[in-house]
Amino acid sequence: MPGVKDKVAIIGMGCTKFDEHWDKSVKDLIVDACWEAFEDAGVDAKDIQAAWWSTMWSGELGRTLAYPAKLGFIPITRIENRCASGMDAIRNASYAVAAGAYDLVLVCGAEKLKDIGMPSPGGDPSEPYTSRVDPLSFPVACFAQLAQRYFYHWGIPLDKGKETLARIAVKNHHNGSLNPKAQFQREITLEQAMNAPIISYPLGLFDACGVTDGAAAAILCRADLAKNFRDDYILLKGEGMACGHYQPQTEDDWEPYYIEENVQGSRMAYQEAGIKDPRRELDLAIVHDCFTITELSIYEDLGFSPRGKGPEDVEAGTFTLEGELPVNTDGGLKCFGHPIGASGIRMAYEVYKQLQGKAGSRQVKVKSGLGLAHTFGGTPIEGGTGAFSILGTRD
Amino acid sequence: MIGILAYGAYVPKWRMSRGLLRGGLKGEKAIAGPDEDSVTMAVAAALDCLNGVDRGSIDGLFFASTTAPYKEKQIATIIAATADLRRDILTVDFTNSLRAGTTAVKVAADVVKAGSAKKVIVVAADTRLGSPESDAEVDFGDGAAAVLVGDDGVSVELEASYSISNELIDVWRTEEDKFVRIWEERFAQTQGYLKVVPEAVRGVLEKSGRSPGDFSKLVVYAPNPRRGSELCRKIGFDPNNQLQDSLYGLVGNTGTAYPLMLLVEALEGAQAGDRLLLASYGNGSDASALLVTEGIEKIKRNRRGIGAHIGSKRLIPDYNTYLKWRKLMPRGMVIDKLYFWTYPSAPPILRERNRIYPLHGTKCKICGTVQYPPQRVCAKCHTKDDFEEIRLSDKKVTLYSFSREPATGQLIGLVNFDGGGRMWCNIGDTNYEELKIGMPMEMSFREVFYDLGIHDYFWKAVPVRV
Repeated sequence: MPGVKDKVAIIGMGCTKFDEHWDKSVKDLIVDACWEAFEDAGVDAKDIQAAWWSTMWSGELGRTLAYPAKLGFIPITRIENRCASGMDAIRNASYAVAAGAYDLVLVCGAEKLKDIGMPSPGGDPSEPYTSRVDPLSFPVACFAQLAQRYFYHWGIPLDKGKETLARIAVKNHHNGSLNPKAQFQREITLEQAMNAPIISYPLGLFDACGVTDGAAAAILCRADLAKNFRDDYILLKGEGMACGHYQPQTEDDWEPYYIEENVQGSRMAYQEAGIKDPRRELDLAIVHDCFTITELSIYEDLGFSPRGKGPEDVEAGTFTLEGELPVNTDGGLKCFGHPIGASGIRMAYEVYKQLQGKAGSRQVKVKSGLGLAHTFGGTPIEGGTGAFSILGTRD
Repeated sequence: MIGILAYGAYVPKWRMSRGLLRGGLKGEKAIAGPDEDSVTMAVAAALDCLNGVDRGSIDGLFFASTTAPYKEKQIATIIAATADLRRDILTVDFTNSLRAGTTAVKVAADVVKAGSAKKVIVVAADTRLGSPESDAEVDFGDGAAAVLVGDDGVSVELEASYSISNELIDVWRTEEDKFVRIWEERFAQTQGYLKVVPEAVRGVLEKSGRSPGDFSKLVVYAPNPRRGSELCRKIGFDPNNQLQDSLYGLVGNTGTAYPLMLLVEALEGAQAGDRLLLASYGNGSDASALLVTEGIEKIKRNRRGIGAHIGSKRLIPDYNTYLKWRKLMPRGMVIDKLYFWTYPSAPPILRERNRIYPLHGTKCKICGTVQYPPQRVCAKCHTKDDFEEIRLSDKKVTLYSFSREPATGQLIGLVNFDGGGRMWCNIGDTNYEELKIGMPMEMSFREVFYDLGIHDYFWKAVPVRV
């Protein structure tokens, strides 16, 4: 099956600070992210031949991106795949480039959540009129049940389970403290994380990511043209995505103590990238830690840890900056918050910067030159979308 | 022989100590939970009554209440659909009077007598509001009762009935009123209740050729226990031995449902051969002479009725909780509406009616997997359009996972049905701390949302009541 491996290069990326941007509109955020990417790539808006625009709540049509960036009469596709939107936009854009349809394209994702007037949005904006009888499935209440079933499945006492989750939060907050673009740049202690107010039992305040505004952008081009723009371009090595189908509800023997979409999607990406042992072969992974339990499940779902051994690896520091496989080196969703359409591109941004050796004080050692970016849209109870991009340095 | 074939009742789990209403008051009253109303309570009572009864054998459903949530739209159809009754049945709402329940029973008996139906279920429910700090607020309670009327396998024979129609402005409520109005108590009782009920009782005694001494119990609506005793003495019954307990200290005056709830309570303690005199009140009075037959022992089994429901209760902590639940407290932002940008829509409710009201799931004819919500393509074996619908609402369920929704405070979880199938649903009548993976639960029909004038009813999992 032909994929994108070594056919598509990322030659520029941009990412705004993720924050409560009371003074910026989604248009401002788009301009900030795109122009950082344009300048990084050394291209101009008028060089862009096509664009992919990802958002869930902040504008429907392609013109939402065209208007602020003044992209003139080019094809722009809007991508919505919940929290996986940004990664899906990269995936779609990369296939268009790999197919030879375009030489140079823009991917941009942005979300302006802080204008909603609520701590967080919920529901499905694409399906506002329903029978409205099914429960309101706000994400944290679903991921709380992932934690509950994980602890139950492995027989983990609640205190012990909460401690594992707290260690993940402490790690990500440490990484975020080294990142000027993170919303939260403050270390937290294990005690703080474990004793934080409960949001949806057993998940507490520090188990959840913030609600944030932000935008991120990437310039993709044909790999054979990349050297015309820069020497340290980054190649796409593999794409993977798997969509669930409400299996935890329609199949009464399904055990949602992990996320099958992430298992399946990651295997596709590994196969395309030729990765057999991700724990050894990846230099870093930026994954979808919407909640700490999600990151714990991801360690196992993505094959970083054997099933049930995630907590041991957390305790051993496997995923810290200095560890065997640093995960969420930028602070993750935990410290960036989650402007939905932007997040996947922000994750790729960190992998891109790390592989270029430009991650400053949080720089990891680049050995294999391979890094993974992942987002998960949906919930472990309803099914969702696990989306992956594996990036690599040039040969 | 025409009479009652089966009975059922429902008392909400939630109770309010009357001490919360007025210092020094003793006893409790039953109050509908935040997701309960006359429709949901009527469904619960109807299903209790229909336990062990072939749903397909029911030819009519009569609903009686003064607190129907719709002014224009039938309630009986909601209950009939939820109880999975046939479509070619007679559904009627009896309303606007507290004796609508007993009137519905009388009409049901006449319909059966006329031969146009074999079995008619009558369900009465009320959630009346007394204005804050009024005597009515102290007296009123919420509840529901159901009786199945027919002519085959009668457990309680309807020997005679007699009705009085009486125009009087004593207890009433206009379209604009949220709270029940009552004219001066002495006027209402002396010119209404204490005058009219005796008239009906005398009528039925005469018609049946019986005297008060022939009856083991007088089962009579009473605005409060004091007036009930007064009435009992006045018509020649002994308040100490013959007056059926009023449930006042446990449930309260449940309006339209009250006489039928008292009847269920009386039948729970009745023996074959007992005679009961049932009388209601509300712009007149319906009185009936009833004879309990041998069949009573059979229907006492497998019914929660009044007794089992009374024992299963939780007290609300304070008066504010009651005010919030009855929407008597001003609210700022209605967070569950703003949070989730979805609204009830009539066409999807129509399309999904089988999975909403009687909670039908699908069972794959090829691999046997039960699935909810109903699927067209089997999640297990991928067979297309080869399912049978099965009713899940009366299955026992086991709690698989659960959590508390932080924005709305609602409990939400996965439950597994006995016999297969799983459902993602809200959880009611409990709090997070009491839930445990693997605990047995049951499904209960509740109002899950209200918007655009649509009361959205659906099933929740609740802890087993008994």
